[in-house]
Amino acid sequence: MSLVTVSHLSKKFKSHDAVNDLSFSVEEGDVYGFLGQNGAGKSTTIRMLLTLVRPTSGNIKIFGLDLDRERKKILSQVGAMIEKPDLYKYLSAHENLSLFARMSGSGNTKKELNAQLEMVGLAGREGDLVKTFSQGMKQRLGIAVALIHNPRLIILDEPTNGLDPQGIADMRNLILHLSRHLNKTVIVSSHLLHEIEQISNRMLIIDEGKKIVEGTVDSLVDPAKTVVEVTVDDLAVAASRIETTLWFSYLIKKENHHLIFQLPRHLIPELNRSLVQLEINVLSLQAKNSLEAQFLSLTRSKQYVAAFTD
Amino acid sequence: MWQLLQIELLKIFRKPRTYISFGAIAAMVIIIQIALKFDGQSYIEFITGSLRDTLDVPVANILNGYFVCFVILNLLLIHIPLLIALVAGDSIAGEANMGTLRLIASKPISRTGLMLAKFMATVIYTALLLIWLAFISLLLSILIFGTNDILIARNDALEIIRSNDVLWRYLAAFCFATLALTTVAALAFLLSVFADNSIGPIVSTISIVIVFTILSEMQIPLYDRTIKPFLFTSHMLAWKGFFYSKVDTTGSSIPGTIENIRAIGKSSLILVLYIIGFVSAAVYSFNKKDILS
Repeated sequence: MSLVTVSHLSKKFKSHDAVNDLSFSVEEGDVYGFLGQNGAGKSTTIRMLLTLVRPTSGNIKIFGLDLDRERKKILSQVGAMIEKPDLYKYLSAHENLSLFARMSGSGNTKKELNAQLEMVGLAGREGDLVKTFSQGMKQRLGIAVALIHNPRLIILDEPTNGLDPQGIADMRNLILHLSRHLNKTVIVSSHLLHEIEQISNRMLIIDEGKKIVEGTVDSLVDPAKTVVEVTVDDLAVAASRIETTLWFSYLIKKENHHLIFQLPRHLIPELNRSLVQLEINVLSLQAKNSLEAQFLSLTRSKQYVAAFTD
Repeated sequence: MWQLLQIELLKIFRKPRTYISFGAIAAMVIIIQIALKFDGQSYIEFITGSLRDTLDVPVANILNGYFVCFVILNLLLIHIPLLIALVAGDSIAGEANMGTLRLIASKPISRTGLMLAKFMATVIYTALLLIWLAFISLLLSILIFGTNDILIARNDALEIIRSNDVLWRYLAAFCFATLALTTVAALAFLLSVFADNSIGPIVSTISIVIVFTILSEMQIPLYDRTIKPFLFTSHMLAWKGFFYSKVDTTGSSIPGTIENIRAIGKSSLILVLYIIGFVSAAVYSFNKKDILS
């Protein structure tokens, strides 16, 4: 049984269709990536899942229950972080967590609250006011708030916004931990493809409020069209040596210090060996799957599709 | 509901802004008390000026704690709505501005319950502000100036209320003032639903109170019949009615009486209707609202 079933969901703001006849389903245990450009309708959809925005039409079922009729029952098993983790800055981390735990109907003890703060790396900062926290710490506290009542479903809207690279990595690991070790179902939205790609097993791409494609990450990636970016020290020499080989037919672009190939994924090791045999000084070799190109070509920003799809 | 109310009270009383009102009231009251302590006789001579020509005014006995409190209430109860608006106008809009509204509205609590808890917390804040005002203006004034009969000037007449007949009138007046200020809180609360930052509802509430107060005070016969009876500001000063007692045949006030209890009752009813109207509209609007902040 699907944990979340969204059927023909639409939301109209005056004459603007923010979400247009959107249908998708999330299975138990999924890390479901919700991908789209800024303004694609991700946040509006997530807000409808959390009853913050009323749908113009359509139906949402979570845990098999109708969201409209069983709102309280459903939301007691849902944890969410919507965009920035805005919390009460004049309260401490502990007070914020306690307050939201009570609102979620969960009577956590002080020990449990502290354990939750420890899990997100805020041990020792329980009594500090949130206004003294960095963005990353606020984000982690936001996650603690989302998890404090042990929800079955966790909804994270752009959870890495404003985080530094370490914060992004921590968030990614946390989501994977929730899924793999705590068996939570997670819906995570982002406009960053690689982020979704690294953590999701299924994903939905939307654009202008409409579903573009839905499926497993593997099914959306075409392994026959893997893009490989090779950085070399001398592009002219490298290009001339490639010209006489079979790899030239896979070469789609050369620029600056980069040779860009598009080829089946299984040929990458062979390409690597050939470059060595051709005595081309390779500084780096990076495989990029075709999902990025597909994402960009499917969504409005296809005009920004750069080297990989030219 | 009780838990939500506790949470809302925690939020109000942990916010530094809340204490601006308490500090402002303390400052204003103390400034008035200091002025009256050092130059009270001049003030009394000023307010009883023309009456002293025709009546025997006991100037020396007038300046006492009860009278000082009456003066303070007259001066401040017009301005306290501004302080009430600071908190009530922030209740929803402030959360929208902080971004916490979307978090609490996605919790398994009904929006109606949330709104009622927020409003009840605002009412408690209003009541506490009035208790603070009562404490500082009445008790402190009694400590500084002592007690005596209170002289109330009405039109061209003076009314003396015996000191042993005063305290219950203050209690009733403060209760009525709580009702009056709750009306302002309800208005700010309603406006707060439609804004994404607290400045808008606070300024709007203050503007409405000022405009309505001006209309209520204007002596234009057309407005007296058509507009003024329906403005909540026309009824907010009905607390003074508790200090107008019935008089006997000699013109002396009768202890324990109120001259026009019906008028106070009518004003109370109108204010209650306003409160119900404002809060109902706020709850209805919030239930229909898409939270996009």
